[in-house]
Amino acid sequence: MNRVLAALFAGALFGIGLVLSRMTDPTVVLGFLDVAGAWNPSLAIVMGAAVATTTLGYRLALRRGRPVFDTDFHMPVARVVDTALLAGSAVFGVGWGLSGYCPGPALTALAGGVGSALWFVPAMLAGGLLQRLTTRAA
Amino acid sequence: MAPWLGPLFGGILIGLAATVLLWLNGRVAGISGIVNGLLRPAPGGDRGWRVAFVFGLMGAGGLAMRLLGQSTASPAPLPLLLVAGLLVGYGTSLGGGCTSGHGVCGLARLSKRSLVATGTFMAAAVATVYVVRHVLGAAP
Repeated sequence: MNRVLAALFAGALFGIGLVLSRMTDPTVVLGFLDVAGAWNPSLAIVMGAAVATTTLGYRLALRRGRPVFDTDFHMPVARVVDTALLAGSAVFGVGWGLSGYCPGPALTALAGGVGSALWFVPAMLAGGLLQRLTTRAA
Repeated sequence: MAPWLGPLFGGILIGLAATVLLWLNGRVAGISGIVNGLLRPAPGGDRGWRVAFVFGLMGAGGLAMRLLGQSTASPAPLPLLLVAGLLVGYGTSLGGGCTSGHGVCGLARLSKRSLVATGTFMAAAVATVYVVRHVLGAAP
């Protein structure tokens, strides 16, 4: 129950952060990605602030040796830069550049009632499912 | 209010959220990872916190958007939105992360994989926008 409440709280903070930073507005995101056009640096500020805060926060959190509500940290174990990482990231980037949406903002925008997200999110879930299914078959 | 204050505070909040999730639950706040963990049949006990996180994200975020009157749509036409969604869903699953998982949490951990992933999806996104807007001349 603690873990569930903690996750709920973290999710809420994250969602509010996305909205305050306007990452839920695809035109703001596309404005950053449009380096040859009327450039909007907002995303750089958001990422910079987020990474700096998380770097410090992670350092402090990991110092405990274990999470408050679990026995171990669940960190990603993969270390090798492989084809899946490169191909997956490239494919993701194209989709992001076409729409201005990545997973978090898309879900938030859906809850915010934006029509674009209503189409994007199911397609996103389908894409993820497709990748899972094709991996298993391999 | 200066235009950079929202991005600054928003970014700090995102960082705090990621920190809280790691500090309390020991989990990385990568949205695609959290959602993909729901799509994949998970062992008992793993689903609860994921559902809760998404609930919080959508609940608080959705409410905030409505209160602030944020409703800007994506400029992409419907068929492109569907394709983009498929690509984002497929790509983040294959690549093991997205802007939050690799871009924020991964970089904060000084992960080489995340550095490469972030550079790759940023480059791909920038290139895509360039082609769409400045080569094909499609409306922004």
